[in-house]
Amino acid sequence: MPELPPISNPLEFFLLNGRAIGPQLHLILWGLGLLCIDFLIPKDKRRIGAFFAVGGILMSSLHLYRLWGERMASAFYGMITLDSFALFFNLLFLVAALLSVLMSYRYMEVEEEQRTEYYALILFATSGMMFMAGAIDLISLFIGLELMSISTYLLVGFLRKSQRSNEASLKYFLLGAFSSGIILYGMSLLYGLSGSTNLDEIAAQVAGLQDNTLLTLSLFMMMAGLCFKIAAVPFHMWVPDAYEGAPTAITAFMSVAVKAAAFAIFLRIFFVVFSEVRESYTFVLAVVAMVTITWGNVAAIAQQNIKRLLAYSSIAHAGFILMGLVAGTEFGVMASSMYLLAYTFMNLGAWAVVILLRRQDISGERLEDFDGLFFKHPALAILMLIFFLSLAGIPPLAGFIAKYFVFAAVLDVVFADAGPATSILVWLVVVAALNVVVSVFYYFRIVVAMFIKKDYLPAPLSFSVGLIVVLVITGILTVLIGIYPQPFIDLARAASESLI
Amino acid sequence: MRFFMENILTIVCFFPLLGVALIILWPKGKEHDESIKWIANIVALLGFFISLPLITQFNKAQNIDSETGMRFVFKADWIPTIGAQYSFGIDGISMLLILLTTLMGFIAILSSWTAITERVREYYCYFLLLQVGMLGVFMALDFFLFYVFWEVMLVPMYFIIGVWGGPRRLYAAIKFFLYTLTGSVLLLLGILALYFHQHSVTGVWSFDILAMQQLDIPMDLQTWIFLAMFLGFAIKVPMFPFHTWLPDAHVEAPTAGSVILAAILLKMGTYGFVRLSLPILPDATMYFLYPLLVLSVIGIIYGALVAMAQKDMKKLVAYSSVSHLGFCMLGIFIATPVALEGGILQMINHGISTGALFLIVGILYERRHTRMIADFGGLSLIMPVYATIFLIMTLSSIGMPTLNGFIGEFMVLQGVFADSTYRLWAVWGAVGIVLGAAYMLWLYQRVMLGPLDKPENQNLPDLSGRELAMFVPLIILAFWIGLYPKTFLDYLHEPVNQIVERVRPNEFSPLPAQAALKE
Repeated sequence: MPELPPISNPLEFFLLNGRAIGPQLHLILWGLGLLCIDFLIPKDKRRIGAFFAVGGILMSSLHLYRLWGERMASAFYGMITLDSFALFFNLLFLVAALLSVLMSYRYMEVEEEQRTEYYALILFATSGMMFMAGAIDLISLFIGLELMSISTYLLVGFLRKSQRSNEASLKYFLLGAFSSGIILYGMSLLYGLSGSTNLDEIAAQVAGLQDNTLLTLSLFMMMAGLCFKIAAVPFHMWVPDAYEGAPTAITAFMSVAVKAAAFAIFLRIFFVVFSEVRESYTFVLAVVAMVTITWGNVAAIAQQNIKRLLAYSSIAHAGFILMGLVAGTEFGVMASSMYLLAYTFMNLGAWAVVILLRRQDISGERLEDFDGLFFKHPALAILMLIFFLSLAGIPPLAGFIAKYFVFAAVLDVVFADAGPATSILVWLVVVAALNVVVSVFYYFRIVVAMFIKKDYLPAPLSFSVGLIVVLVITGILTVLIGIYPQPFIDLARAASESLI
Repeated sequence: MRFFMENILTIVCFFPLLGVALIILWPKGKEHDESIKWIANIVALLGFFISLPLITQFNKAQNIDSETGMRFVFKADWIPTIGAQYSFGIDGISMLLILLTTLMGFIAILSSWTAITERVREYYCYFLLLQVGMLGVFMALDFFLFYVFWEVMLVPMYFIIGVWGGPRRLYAAIKFFLYTLTGSVLLLLGILALYFHQHSVTGVWSFDILAMQQLDIPMDLQTWIFLAMFLGFAIKVPMFPFHTWLPDAHVEAPTAGSVILAAILLKMGTYGFVRLSLPILPDATMYFLYPLLVLSVIGIIYGALVAMAQKDMKKLVAYSSVSHLGFCMLGIFIATPVALEGGILQMINHGISTGALFLIVGILYERRHTRMIADFGGLSLIMPVYATIFLIMTLSSIGMPTLNGFIGEFMVLQGVFADSTYRLWAVWGAVGIVLGAAYMLWLYQRVMLGPLDKPENQNLPDLSGRELAMFVPLIILAFWIGLYPKTFLDYLHEPVNQIVERVRPNEFSPLPAQAALKE
């Protein structure tokens, strides 16, 4: 352990180090502020909470933008860093949070659960994610993880009058707490092995340890816990229930932001700490990815509820993102980051359409609810088509570029012939590629409903300015990343370079 | 004008998008359908006219890329990180296919005038989008770009079959989509394997198709890549036993969809073999030659036999496609100069004659709403013009001398015979021709000849002026290729020589150099 210099002037210390967590502080302060003024807001004006949250996110983004040029190696004595990787993911979380809030405020009124705490919790969860992305110490990492998780448990159960929502929340909480425990156990083993909680120091300590049972045990414990958080098979059982029961806007938020945050720490821990013992987990992780992609897609075929269908599809996407991690190279990190970026937009867009269909007395969740959408709202149906084609990976859309990169990352390892378990990697790519076909099959069930079936449910959709903004942003970016991906690739590449 | 000539491929490729934009922005409402039809037809016709300079300016020195011999080359960086380029360029093979695409695209759109009455606006949008995808495939010189266009056309075709098709249209449409996509994703893996191999050899990240054609790939890698690419292209062609999506798609698709499917979409598969599979993986192609020939010949014979047993005219023509494409593949795989050239010419011929046959079937269907052969008979008595055109196209399809089919089939057979090992396989080809004559003439006999005994058929009108206009260019081309194929073959000698030299080096003397190049 390095000797801590004495803190002569606490204020100066905080001002110096606090810059690194400025974006997080903005979210937390705005969230707390919102809770404080909650009692002043009349019941029918609680929509203000959403605008408050948007304000907080925009301020946080502004701060992030100011920090963009100046990378910081570490702050708070090696607790947190502000490298390109953290910046990239922070940006991702802020975008996802912003879009989720924008699609929430009308939706929560439809559900008759408009409360300001909801927005405060989204802000807290987002700040937790940002701590996770920047954490280079097991302590700060775990605190970020719990801040995010607990806020999300609450958000999942936010529809208090709905049995489904309560059940989802409880299930998610119990299993989530269990998985956090497993991760914590893995961490404690690492601490025992290295005597440090700092990731770099742990890496230096365990570098020499080959075939160490405790190290392997810790590795697989962390892997199991993180696989739960990213919803990889066989730790995916909570996903369909939690995604179905949660308020749809929160489902959207979870499927992109929470997943991305879990991937951020997954990538960082495995690249910083376990990169030396890559051989021991490549095979397992490749099998997990393969099974996740296949099971997610196959199970989605049978679903009759759009939220469950998209839940299974998000499981499959977690498998695709995992492929970058399986590759275990800088290219792999870049591929996973790129996939998460593309996935954020296309998936949020698809969820936004689902939210639009939720209106008085109509759940908008059955596949039949999409029947004839094209004839009533052609632009909306075409947008949904674009999101689905992108999710399936048809060019020239964002999802294709994302899939291209994860495939290429794995094949890169195969051709470099440096990685272990080459044959399983080849199988992984082939299985993943064939799964694209399976995914088209179920996405097109909804496309058929929208474009070919004619009976349309006669109730106005719950349009709002926020939702239209979300649809425009996600639609444009889904197409833009597909046609002109270079600037986005540069972002993802900077992120991956800073990690390795 | 200079700007036009420098960017001609881009302009030709994306010109249909202009029509899409116009149609989307046009005022809403059923009463505007008429003007939307006009827009789509005019854009498609203009698209054909602006593609004509490709043939007239083809051998102008300033259009020839000195390094590669490709014409009208245009290159720009697209995704520098991975080396993907926006790179267009054509040779004789792609030039003929592009002109066929713009022509058949216009004819297909013209043929929809009265057939499509619902959701007119979308219909023409999808058709024009489809046109962009097909043209891009024939123009792309970058494998990444090629793949993008290759996939782009799936979605419009899905909708054309799925929305305006027959009773089982949804099944046929998704089957078409999933089959082709399965091939495509494997093709993508093949492309990636080539890409990484090229990098490990040359150290350059690039998807340049022409550079990949220069690679010397180790045999075991070639084998795997070949299998991946083979599946991608063979499903598209389709070769036996991957053809089962084709009859479904053809039968269910609206007439114009079938025309485009037969005339152009299937050619993308054969084009893939000619442009990519053969020159990039020559050793693997020769290694698998025997099974490939077997599959081609099974396609010829099986397609013909099944066609003979059909009761539905459209299904009959669909299976005849399987048989004809078997012919193309036989010529392409055996890769002797004459056979390869014949196979490529046969691609064009098949586009002309089968496209026309689908139109012919479609015209009857529009009048009678049935395609069953048994419902017709003796139509030549009341529809003389129709009967004449039907006869010309039947003869063109079965390879009657003076018509285009004869030249292609003759060249394929002659070329197969030039190969010392597999010369006797020409016999199977000849059997296929006999069977082809049998089912086509039998079809003609049952539909057009005999007594006009069905009361519903007594008052069928003959072709309208618009319908006749669709066939005129096709008939002219059928006779032109049949009587003076040199016009077209001249453009093929150079690329064919290059491919043969790559696949079977030093075995055959090259085809005579083009007269056209001497100027």
